[in-house]
Amino acid sequence: MKALTRHRRLAAIWSSRPGWRGWLSTVNHNDVGLMFLVTAFFYFLVGGILAMLIRAQLATPHSAFAGPEVYSQFFTMHGTIMMFLFAIPAIEGLAIYLLPKMLGTRDLAYPRLTAYGFWCYFFGGAMLLVALLFGIAPDGGWFMYPPLTGKIHSPGINTDFWLIGITFVEISAISAAVELTVSILKYRAPGMSLGRMPIFAWYILVTALMILTGFPPLILGSILLELERAFGLPFFQLELGGDSLLWQHLFWLFGHPEVYIIFLPAAGVISTILPVMASTTLLGYRWVVAAAVALAILSFGLWVHHMFTTGIPHMGLAFFSAASTLVAIPTAVQVFAWIGTMWKGTPRLHLPMLHILGFFATFVIGGLTGVMVAVVPFDWQVHDTAFVTAHLHYVLFGGFVFPILAAVYYWLPLVSGRKRYFRLGEVAFALIFTGFHATFLAMHWVGLMGQRRRISTYAPEDGWTAINLISSVGGFVLAFGLAMVLVEVVLHAVVRHHSARNPWRAGTLEWATTMPAPAYNFASLPHVDSREPLWDDPGLPVRLARGEGYLGDPASGRRETLMVDVATGVPEQHVVYPTNTHLPIVLAAVTGLFFLSILIKVFWLTPVAVAGVVALGWLWVWRLGSRNDLGEQPIGRDLRVPNIAESDRPPGWWGSAFLLVADGTLFGSLLFGYAFLWTVAPGWPPPAFANPSPFALVAASAGAALGIAGGVFSIRNNRDGKGPVPGLLMALGGMLGLGVALMVFLAGAPSPSSHAYGATLWVLGSYGLLHAVLAGLMLAFLLSRHRAGYISSRRRAELAIAPVWIGYACVTTALILLAAYLPGLAT
Amino acid sequence: MSVTTGIVLSGCAGPLSPLEPGGPAARSIATLWWVMLTASVAIFALVMVLVALAWRAAAKPAAQNGSEQVWIMGLGLAFPVAVLLSLLAYGLWLGERLLPRDGADAASVQAEARRWSWAFSYDDAPGRITEDVLHIPAGRPVDVAITTVDVIHSFWVPRLAGKLDAIPGHVNVLRIEADVPGTYAGLSSEFSGPGYDRHAFTVVAHGPDDWQAFLEGGE
Repeated sequence: MKALTRHRRLAAIWSSRPGWRGWLSTVNHNDVGLMFLVTAFFYFLVGGILAMLIRAQLATPHSAFAGPEVYSQFFTMHGTIMMFLFAIPAIEGLAIYLLPKMLGTRDLAYPRLTAYGFWCYFFGGAMLLVALLFGIAPDGGWFMYPPLTGKIHSPGINTDFWLIGITFVEISAISAAVELTVSILKYRAPGMSLGRMPIFAWYILVTALMILTGFPPLILGSILLELERAFGLPFFQLELGGDSLLWQHLFWLFGHPEVYIIFLPAAGVISTILPVMASTTLLGYRWVVAAAVALAILSFGLWVHHMFTTGIPHMGLAFFSAASTLVAIPTAVQVFAWIGTMWKGTPRLHLPMLHILGFFATFVIGGLTGVMVAVVPFDWQVHDTAFVTAHLHYVLFGGFVFPILAAVYYWLPLVSGRKRYFRLGEVAFALIFTGFHATFLAMHWVGLMGQRRRISTYAPEDGWTAINLISSVGGFVLAFGLAMVLVEVVLHAVVRHHSARNPWRAGTLEWATTMPAPAYNFASLPHVDSREPLWDDPGLPVRLARGEGYLGDPASGRRETLMVDVATGVPEQHVVYPTNTHLPIVLAAVTGLFFLSILIKVFWLTPVAVAGVVALGWLWVWRLGSRNDLGEQPIGRDLRVPNIAESDRPPGWWGSAFLLVADGTLFGSLLFGYAFLWTVAPGWPPPAFANPSPFALVAASAGAALGIAGGVFSIRNNRDGKGPVPGLLMALGGMLGLGVALMVFLAGAPSPSSHAYGATLWVLGSYGLLHAVLAGLMLAFLLSRHRAGYISSRRRAELAIAPVWIGYACVTTALILLAAYLPGLAT
Repeated sequence: MSVTTGIVLSGCAGPLSPLEPGGPAARSIATLWWVMLTASVAIFALVMVLVALAWRAAAKPAAQNGSEQVWIMGLGLAFPVAVLLSLLAYGLWLGERLLPRDGADAASVQAEARRWSWAFSYDDAPGRITEDVLHIPAGRPVDVAITTVDVIHSFWVPRLAGKLDAIPGHVNVLRIEADVPGTYAGLSSEFSGPGYDRHAFTVVAHGPDDWQAFLEGGE
């Protein structure tokens, strides 16, 4: 078969439907990655316009441009949009678009989940945009501290838009994190061991694991605050045993890792581009990986440095101050590894390199001011002043926007197959760089003169007029530079100016595709022997196009790829992907209906939406699998491996494991909140404890034993040819036992609206019940699948997934009952 | 150096500037700032020079090119560890000194925040409440017990000390001290809604006689 024929056949298999309608049903990472990026940059524009409005307001004293009410919406939405609707989705989009190409494979682990995540982001973002357009946007500051954001002081719908809209959007972050983690670990080119992975993949792996453990505290906090606002469960109300400090802990448990979740992918971009710009390899690859991991771990020990002024004992602060300064060490390792790389090679001043230099100048200053504010006494002075605003912009603009602009210019040829024709980028860079530093250097200064964050105006006597004017002029210069980048990208899309393949002479696999990259990425999958396969073998792209790699035969008409061993990259399983479908957008819309019903308080709609989600979820998994045994599949190069349906560890098992990491973190945060209220909140202990119910304890123990044993039996009996049904029924009985135990527990707990204690128990019990029901649904699904002929002693993969969820439900139920009953027993 | 510092200093002056300290706490923090600024400028310059030298092939000592020992162990690990540990020790020592410890001859006052005003009361003058003006003796430490009746606020007198939050249900104690009698501007520095801009107060530090007069009922 000729390369062109192969291309046509593969393109027919992998392409989305033609025209804009294709976007609604595409599940291909090439499409969805770009959809993420375009939407994210749209929000960058919206957030940027808000920034301009803020700078217009502050340009002169006694400004009458916007009143405090409107101005509060400006700055709240500026921060919210930049963090949640620009930075995180841009990272997701970049990783979704690039990773399969860099890893030498054809798509991510769960194509439909990629699309579902995008549509959750799209609809959730639209909610916030609508709020902004109608002037009912959130106005309590992007970190939303109660009691200001509680029902008493913020009775309007503004706050609910934030809590509900952001939680909806976070579904996309969690989806992408699960997807990227599993893809990096299991979906790589054969031969690509962990040590041969492109450095970008390491950074995204670390980032994805951080999202799984960093976002759940925020999601929990948002749920608790919305439960308080909508149903009066008093988690943050002093009078009823709540404590507003709980929100700050939950928010910053998320909020600080968030900064590194944004920075690490950008550092991955630099570690990828900078060596190419210097025609050399990255200095200290292993050290850089270790530094990224260290940064991730340390970043979870820093959250209290946002709370130095809340009255925490000084020795407690000392610990967090130490962690906050020490985080500079892995950062320094990376910065000096990059500079060492430049010394090792021959740096060239291409446009992406200019932005990397912009990064160095800006981020180093941001890092140094970061160390300053990590020193407790200094933070007492500058906390909540413009100094901190300036610092965080140095870190985020320096550490994220400059690298992402470098990434745009570096990978644009791959997306379009073109090179730049008009040379606007260099002028744009100069404007961005000078504009940025004028704006934010000045802002440090005015902060040290006492200007607080978030004030809507000031008096001429304060002496800040000239500095604020400089800052505003700088801001508009910066905006003009960014607008020029936008113009250049649009021109790039319009003007045909063909680029040769691999224009930067890079060594990583994304440049082995044809340009622009086709939907299937590689006509056949490479075998990888080093970190820079293209440098070792410049003829690789041609040989891949000729079908000399793995899976080079498109005869099956299916979307195929391989799963490999985590450490070594040895091919293990043959994967057939689902194709174009509207299921993701429909499921996202129904999920949105659930959030909308709570937002506008039409509660009869809530159970309808939940039922819709369950039905669509059922359909979602039903569409996979096969009714016939497949046997070992030929994957080319004389190798045969089993299909994922005939394995013990299918993709769904891996996805469940990592989703449960996030779920477990949410549960852990809930237990943390319970312990925090117990020890710190002034209104504790509560007036009465829950009475331990012996019946609940017996039912839970019996349910757990049945559930776990049933799960094990179903797998074992099926393997021995006796069928899984008895085991599945047994496990279903077990989940029923858990459910009854939790309902008895909830019935015996104090009223959830009377005290934070009762409210916490209610959330704990509901959480357990939800998981028992979920595991029960999975078992019911497996029973139907078995009846319909999808499960055989060979096709056993689906049976492996339910026991993971059964085990989780049993462990959490045990912890819930212990946490709820032990204090009552003890007194 | 002194000329530059003088210019920058005067540039940072103002009634709300932590860099124009009027008391011991603010003064030691201002010193901390100047120390950190100097070190930061030096470190920044070093990094920029190293970046620039990457373009000058001749300037690169061959032995150091691509050496993990120099770049990662030396500059990446040893250098920041040394700088940060000394800074941490300095910050910790300073923070300990600023705490409200027993033993000092400190006056005690209470600050209660609400949207958008402050009410101050005095241990030495029971029943006396002043709105938006806090009276303190000059030259003597004052422990301010801070709380709020509604949302979170923060008590900040930039020229005297750092800030401390007013959190519902909690009382935080901040030690402030003014060297000399005078008026010092105070701010509430945690966003609290539409009246946040004007949520401010004044601290009046009295000499010994005036302070006695204030406690006895005069102004």
